Amino acid sequence: MLIEKSVLVILLFLISLGVAAYQTYFERKLAAWIQDRVGPDRAGPFGILQPIADGVKMFLKEDFIPAKADKWLFIIGPGISMFTALITSSVIPWGTNLNLFGRDISLQVADFNIGILFVFGVVSIGVYGIMIGGWASNNKYSLYGAIRASSQMISYELAMGISAITIVMMSGSLSLNDIVKSQHGMNWNIFYQPVAFFIFFITSMAELNRAPFDLPECESELIGGYHTEYSSMKLGLYLFSEYTSMFVSSAIMAILFFGGYNFPGMDAFSGNLLAILSIAAFALKIFLFIFVIMWIRWTIPRFRFDQLMHLGWKVLIPAAIVNMLITGLVIAWNEGWM
Amino acid sequence: MTLWEKIYIPAIVGGMMTTMKHMLRPRKTIKYPEETRVFAPVYRGQHVLKRDEEGRENCTACGLCAVACPAEAITMISAEREKGEEHLYREEKYASSYEINMLRCIFCGLCEEACPKEAVFLTDRIVKTEFERDEFIYGKDKLVETMDDRIDITKRQFTGKRTEQ
Repeated sequence: MLIEKSVLVILLFLISLGVAAYQTYFERKLAAWIQDRVGPDRAGPFGILQPIADGVKMFLKEDFIPAKADKWLFIIGPGISMFTALITSSVIPWGTNLNLFGRDISLQVADFNIGILFVFGVVSIGVYGIMIGGWASNNKYSLYGAIRASSQMISYELAMGISAITIVMMSGSLSLNDIVKSQHGMNWNIFYQPVAFFIFFITSMAELNRAPFDLPECESELIGGYHTEYSSMKLGLYLFSEYTSMFVSSAIMAILFFGGYNFPGMDAFSGNLLAILSIAAFALKIFLFIFVIMWIRWTIPRFRFDQLMHLGWKVLIPAAIVNMLITGLVIAWNEGWM
Repeated sequence: MTLWEKIYIPAIVGGMMTTMKHMLRPRKTIKYPEETRVFAPVYRGQHVLKRDEEGRENCTACGLCAVACPAEAITMISAEREKGEEHLYREEKYASSYEINMLRCIFCGLCEEACPKEAVFLTDRIVKTEFERDEFIYGKDKLVETMDDRIDITKRQFTGKRTEQ
């Protein structure tokens, strides 16, 4: 039991980092294609060794800590970001049970009965990584970036939580495992809750600090935002944690709205074949989400800060609340409570 | 703005369709060291000092190219042909030193036009990059063609004033 969980944890850790590394490559390629360029193609065939070259470059850079920075907080900041980005993947069910060596192995590190709450809690801690890093740098650009990040996170977390609540109401459970199981086959939540999905998608892009919501690090106004003073692998950790969170939140979106590892016609398979196919289906959904998020980044310009607040408080939160109320009424009607 | 414009979604979807169109378009990039672009026939690149059919240098160090050069990139020292050097230089006078500063040259082709002896031509070769400034001053060692590696200048001759007899 302990051994198989440990193996799963280490595997997940490596996969998350590997996926994050290759997301940087994919993002650069995609940006290049959208801008009619070729993109990185020198390191290895089609440039697939580029992430390794980038990583080595990051390690070899001088690790600089500003003289007036708060040294310990400056070091802790990127650590918190990376830690929260990685730990979220522990509650994600990656596929149906795998049968190895006569044991039924669950492809979920921890099946909490409050999985989705855990995700929200950890993601909220993630803002501390940015806040602490930005504050400890003792630089006004970093501080501005940190303030923007925290106000943006707080505003968008509300709408995100409310739209996730509608899914919890429908499945009747906070456990991600139960939410996935309730969407068996093609019975996905997106067909019942398109509005909630839309709100969740927009807010998760804001939570990820991705364009068009990348105000905390917008280089045209704030140089680098909260990571202006960072260099070497500390900067690398910030960038890496952003990509890891993108991977994890794509997985969360796939679980909540697109049936997680479920795929149409899954009843025709069983055992390990089903497990492998379900993992593949889940990976495909995650890939599509990552692709769409990147596609949006290279299409839409950045929001202005007042527009961002306007969208969050005056559009998304009311829409999420109305959506939740309607869902509640429909559930009450179906259950015969009215 | 109307409500349709206010919700932005149609505009965003339209924008994403545009970027998708670009994503699927074939690339026009020429990956330089592996592929090279086809030059125009009148391309003006690195100069060459021609020899005639018997391998004698055409240049007589008249200095017209240096006078014509708007960037003042050409310097030369003339010398008289000694006895026994008839196989090296076509006429009695020749350039003992002929230098073009490739950093000053603007590749206008006026030297080629001014030359009465068909000695200097611009070719489709690219001037190499160097790390030191001195290396860009090309002397006769780099400019004069060798007999076993003659430079083709027919493309430039047909665009110039005179054609080959």
